[in-house]
Amino acid sequence: MKTFFVSVSLCLFISFSQGRTIILSPTSSTKTFHDAVNAAKDFDTILIRAGVYSCINETINKPLTIIGENLPALDGQLKDEVLVVMSDNVNINGIEIRNSKRGSMKDFSGLRVFKSRNVRIENCTLNNTYFGIYLSDSKSVLVKKCKSKGANYGKSDTGNGIHLWKCDSITIEDNHLEGHRDGIYLEFAKHCFMQNNLCEKNFRYGLHFMFSDNDTYENNTFTNNGTGVAVMYSKGVHMFNNKFENNWGDASYGLLLKDMTNGIIRGNTFENNTVGVTMEGGSNMRFEKNNFFKNGYAIKVMANCRLDTFVRNNFSGNTFDASTNGELQENLFENNYWDKYEGYDLNRDKVGDIPYRPVSLYSVLVEQMPYAVMLMRSFTIDLLNRAEKNIPSIVPETFVDDKPLMHLISRK
Amino acid sequence: MLKISKYVIYDILRSKVLIAYTLFLFAVSFALFSLETDGAKSMVSLLSIVLIIVPLISVVFTTTYFYNAYEFIELLVAQPLSRNTILLGEFFGVAISMTAAFLIGIGIPVLIYSPNATGGVLLLSGVVLTLSFISIAFFASVAMRDKAKGIGMSLLLWFYFAVIYDAIVLGILFSFSDYPLDKAVIALASLNPIDMARIMVLMKLDISALMGFTGAVYKHFFGSSFGLLYTIAVMLVWIILPLIVSVRIFKKKNL
Repeated sequence: MKTFFVSVSLCLFISFSQGRTIILSPTSSTKTFHDAVNAAKDFDTILIRAGVYSCINETINKPLTIIGENLPALDGQLKDEVLVVMSDNVNINGIEIRNSKRGSMKDFSGLRVFKSRNVRIENCTLNNTYFGIYLSDSKSVLVKKCKSKGANYGKSDTGNGIHLWKCDSITIEDNHLEGHRDGIYLEFAKHCFMQNNLCEKNFRYGLHFMFSDNDTYENNTFTNNGTGVAVMYSKGVHMFNNKFENNWGDASYGLLLKDMTNGIIRGNTFENNTVGVTMEGGSNMRFEKNNFFKNGYAIKVMANCRLDTFVRNNFSGNTFDASTNGELQENLFENNYWDKYEGYDLNRDKVGDIPYRPVSLYSVLVEQMPYAVMLMRSFTIDLLNRAEKNIPSIVPETFVDDKPLMHLISRK
Repeated sequence: MLKISKYVIYDILRSKVLIAYTLFLFAVSFALFSLETDGAKSMVSLLSIVLIIVPLISVVFTTTYFYNAYEFIELLVAQPLSRNTILLGEFFGVAISMTAAFLIGIGIPVLIYSPNATGGVLLLSGVVLTLSFISIAFFASVAMRDKAKGIGMSLLLWFYFAVIYDAIVLGILFSFSDYPLDKAVIALASLNPIDMARIMVLMKLDISALMGFTGAVYKHFFGSSFGLLYTIAVMLVWIILPLIVSVRIFKKKNL
């Protein structure tokens, strides 16, 4: 008898806390999404069956769970924003959001989350929206397994896939962002974590940080973007095991770092980029165990970078290993593998006995007079490079790896 | 003319030098491909062979052959044959055998290990370089009566195109680096067959680096189909022009 009471009261408690379920389908009594939201009380669930529902600037201002069955679509009909969340504890799962308005005065978005906490957005698809998911002044939001393809109006007329403004503790994982201005954009966003995202064919950057400190991104792939990732004016950003591939173009980089401090870049692969990494004004940055393969330039480190460390990276098949625009100060290059290294290892400790200078005479020449690209791989240039290698006079004296490794460092 | 070419080819085959050259190219390219796992890297090494060794051998072989066959040429001149026919016959004989040697020596390994566009362009540029340097060597040998002088002049011409010219270009680029040199650079490249061949292959090999700000000029010009046609046309001029000049000299030459 006692157990019966306990279970009954437990059932009552659960059903009370779960709230009711409102079903929205083309045949149900509730016909529009607007009515469904109005009818719902706090902590109710709205279950949307497959179909297309008009949803123009609909505000969710109470904790609701919105679940889509077979990907129903909320259509903004190009009139305004589609869905705006202005409440804590909202869950949105399995919905397609389409056709937001475009405009240059206001950042219209498919799904906006404003001043909210504990919001979960999962399995959503955004179609033809100006900005995809726009999070502002929010905390503890999860964006997972969402897809967004930018409206193809050209570079100047596309918003960002996932846009963060003044956010904290946001998790972004397993998303696919394509054809936006920036795939993911962070401004004043702290303690955010991004993993397993695929950002491709974005016009500007795959992932873009501005003034965003202490964030981490891991295991993401950035391919065929204008620039893979741009991290600017940020502190303590950790970048682990990402892939930066095929970012080709007149001003394309795998990773662009500008005025950065205390970042860690570990285990990433940079392949087939015009420039693998370019760093301007970086200090206390640590590059560890990265692979730089088949890039035009593997790294460009500007002379205003200080106290940076490059250890145990692989450099192979790059046209130029490194380039700079002056004398580097207080940067450390050690135990990297350079495929162009021609030294020897007499004591067999797998570390080359003579130092390696990754900046060749020719890359200095090209930096100073760009038209010298015409002479790439010329025999004369080879001769000059060799002469310079034996008696260095023009290449920066401090850009040197004193302990280059003899063999490629293998990664799993 | 074809008959003369046939005799020349028989003669060259008998001397075994060409067979040694073929085997050398074959061995080197096989070694390069099997030592290096990355195909693109072996292509780069192969490119330097095509740009340096192939023109050198072409020049030296052609000049020595021409002087060794001098008596045969004198004999032909005594026959009722136009001097045009004699020199062109000699040229085609040497050209066909050298091109065949190149295609067997480098073509077969490339087709086995790297049968792609880059390989094709490398072979094309190698063939065109062989032909233009044979043509240049003919010019040198016809212009000089003395054998030592002739070989010296061909070697000098090779050295000029392979090494000195690029140093001069570097000097020009350095002195005029404040000016827009887009067109000048294309003109400078056109004045050297080795540079043309190099750029043609680079368009396939180092695209990522060339895509940078300055590379855009090359990419837009040489990378386009018009650029490819232009390159081939200029290379053809580098084959035909020295040949025409040598035919003219040979016609008036007092043997």
